[in-house]
Amino acid sequence: MQFGFLLEQVVNGLVLGGYYLLIALGLSLIFSVGGVVNLAHGAFYALGAYASVEITKYLGFGPAVVISPLAVAMLGILFERYILRRFYTADPILSLLVTFGLAMIAEQAIRIIWGAAPLSASIPPTFRGSIILGDFLFSRYRVMLLAVVAVVLLGVWLLLHKTSFGRVVRAGIQRPDMVAALGIRLQPYMTAIVMLGVGMAAMGGAFFAPITIVHPAMGAEIITVAFVVVVIGGLGSFWGVVIAALLVGVVRGITIHFVPAAGEASIYVLMFLVLLVRPRGLLGERIEKFE
Amino acid sequence: MTRYTRRTLLKTGAAFAGASAFGFPSIVHGETEKIKIGHLTPLTGFLGALGAYATLGMRMAEEEINQAGGIMGRQLEVMSEDSVNPATAATKAQRMLEQDGVPVLIGEINSASALTIMQVADRNKKLFMQVGARSDALRGKNCNKFTFHVDIPNTVMVNTVGKALLRDNMVKDKKFFTLTADYIFGHDLLNAAKRFFGANQGNLIGDELIATDVTDFSPYLLKIRQAKPDVVCSNLAGNQVTTLIKQYAEFDLPYPIVGFNLNTADAWAAGDGNLAGTWPTVWYHTLDVPASKSFVEKFTKKNGKPPENHAWIEYVTFKMMAQAMNETKSTDTDKLIAYFEKETQFDVLKARKAYFRSWDHQLVQEAYTFSPRPKGQAKDKWDFIALGAAVPEANEPLEVINSTKEQNPCSL
Repeated sequence: MQFGFLLEQVVNGLVLGGYYLLIALGLSLIFSVGGVVNLAHGAFYALGAYASVEITKYLGFGPAVVISPLAVAMLGILFERYILRRFYTADPILSLLVTFGLAMIAEQAIRIIWGAAPLSASIPPTFRGSIILGDFLFSRYRVMLLAVVAVVLLGVWLLLHKTSFGRVVRAGIQRPDMVAALGIRLQPYMTAIVMLGVGMAAMGGAFFAPITIVHPAMGAEIITVAFVVVVIGGLGSFWGVVIAALLVGVVRGITIHFVPAAGEASIYVLMFLVLLVRPRGLLGERIEKFE
Repeated sequence: MTRYTRRTLLKTGAAFAGASAFGFPSIVHGETEKIKIGHLTPLTGFLGALGAYATLGMRMAEEEINQAGGIMGRQLEVMSEDSVNPATAATKAQRMLEQDGVPVLIGEINSASALTIMQVADRNKKLFMQVGARSDALRGKNCNKFTFHVDIPNTVMVNTVGKALLRDNMVKDKKFFTLTADYIFGHDLLNAAKRFFGANQGNLIGDELIATDVTDFSPYLLKIRQAKPDVVCSNLAGNQVTTLIKQYAEFDLPYPIVGFNLNTADAWAAGDGNLAGTWPTVWYHTLDVPASKSFVEKFTKKNGKPPENHAWIEYVTFKMMAQAMNETKSTDTDKLIAYFEKETQFDVLKARKAYFRSWDHQLVQEAYTFSPRPKGQAKDKWDFIALGAAVPEANEPLEVINSTKEQNPCSL
C-alpha cells in the first residue's frame, strides 16, 4: 500500500509539472532566443488569471481561457516592440532591471485596478469532482488541464521543429549572426516568440485561477519556480524544460510524502544538485553567445 | 552582440528573483501639533488583502475622529506603512517611535511581525495596540506590559468552533487530520486544537506543517485521503485557507472540513459552492446590532464594498484609543495603560460591550461561528456566508471562551 501511495504522489507530481511547464516553456524560449531573463513573465501569468476571471463573468469559462491568453499575447507585442527589443544586445543586468521593474509595476497596477483582496473563481460544474481509477484519485479538472498542456506542448513542438518558422527560431538561438547573414531579420520572429511565451503564461494563469488564489502577488509566486525549472532543464532545449518541469513536480510530491517540511525546499536542492553535476542544465545545449 | 556568460545571467537572475522579497519604505511627513499614531499592517504577501481592509477601517476611523473635533481638540494623523515581514516591521516601528515621535503604535495581523513590534514597544516603553494577530503566545508567554491585544486569540477561535462541533457530535472518538501554517500563529493554533481534542476525546491522527508560500495542496490532500480521517481541520492562515478550500472542493474528498481560522475576505475569495464546514469569526457585516449596521452602511457607501472583519477591528481599535486619550486627556503611556487596565467597557459594535483583561491585556468580547449558506440563497457575493449565534450565550460570562489564568502563562 505504501508503494501505491507513493505512486499516487508521483502521478500527481507529473500533473503539477505539466502546469509549471506552461509558465517555464515561454520563459525558456524568450531566454534562449533573446538572451533576456524575463522577470516580468509572472506578471503575464497574473494578467491571464485576472483577465479570465473577468471574461468568465460575461462569457463563461470556455471562452475566457481562449480569449485571455490571446489578449495577453497581444500585450506581448507591445512588450517586445517597445521594451524587450532594446535589450537583446545590451548588458543582461539592464534587461533584468527593466523586467524586474515591470513586474513590480504590473503587480501594483493589478492592486490598483482589482484591489488587494483575492478575486473569487470557481471550477466550471462539468469539471468538478474527482475520478478514482483503482487506488488512484485524480481531480477531474487537473486531468483536463493535463490534456490541454499536452496539446499545447505538441503544438509548440511542431511549430519549432516542423515549420520554417521553427527552423529560423532554432537557428536564431544558436547563430543569430548566420541567420542575419542569410538575409533573415530575426525581429519578427522574436516578437512571435514573446507572444507565444507570454500567451502560454497567461493560459497557465487562466487555467489555474479556479484552483488557486487570484491575487496581485500571484505572478511573483510563480516566477521563482518557473526560473528553477528553466535552470534545471537547460537553455535552448525544448525537452529539457519538459523533463525539468515534470521532475520538479514529482520531486516535490515525493518529498512531501516522506519529509513534508522539506517539500518547498526540495526543488531548490534539486536545482543545486543538477547544477553541480551539469552546470548547463539537464539537456542544455552549448549556446555560443552565452559561453 | 555583447558577450556575457550564462553563469552571470543566472546569478543575477536569481539575485533579482530573491530581491522581490524586500519592501521599500515610503516617506511620510508629519506636523508637530497633530497627534500622530504609527500604524503598521501587512499590505503585501499572504496577509496583504486583509491589511488593505485594515487600512480602510483605520482611515474611516481617522476621518470620523477628526470630523468630530479630533483628540483633545488636536487633529489625528495616522502614519501608515506596510509592515512587510517581522524584521522590517520592527525597524519601522523603532523608526516611528524614535524619529517620528509617535506616542502609540497600532496595527498588525501577522503574529510573527506583531511579536517583533511588541519587543520594540517594550524596549521603548511605548504603547502598542496589537490589533489583528491571534497567536496565543503573544498574550501568553510573550505578553508584555506595553501591549494590548484586540482580536480574538487562537484559544477563543478553537473554543468557538469547538462548541459547534461538540453540539454536532463531531469530536468524541473522531479521527482528526490537521493542516497547520508553519509559523508561530499556526503552531500556536495547533496547540490550542490539541488541548481541545484532548479535553473532548478527539483523536489527532495526522498533522502536516505547511510553509506559508505553498500554493498547491494536492500532495497533502492525497495524504489526507490515505489517512482516512473523520474530520479534516485547517489551522492555516491568510489566503492559504482560500487555496485549501478551493482545492479541497476540487478533489472532492468525502471528509467534512472545519477550521479554526478563516478571515471573511479569504472566505469570499473561495467562491460560492467551494466553502464548506464551520469556521470562527470575530465579527461579520451581517451582524444584527444597530451600531454595527450603521458602521457597515457608512463603510459600504464610502468604499463600495462591505467591511471585512479587519476593517471593523481597526475601526473600533482607533475609536477605543481616541476615547482613552480623550478621557485621560493624555497620550502618556502609563496613563493610557492604567485606563485600559481598569477594565473600562468599550462599545465594539456588538450586542455586549468588551473590556481588556487587566492581567493579560486581552480584549474579552463575543465571537461567532459562520458556515456557507445553501447554494442559491446568497443575495450577493458577500452574502454566501451565514453568521451563527454569538458565543458565549447571553447568560454566560464572556470569559468562558478565553483561556483561564491557569492555562495562560502571561505575567505582566
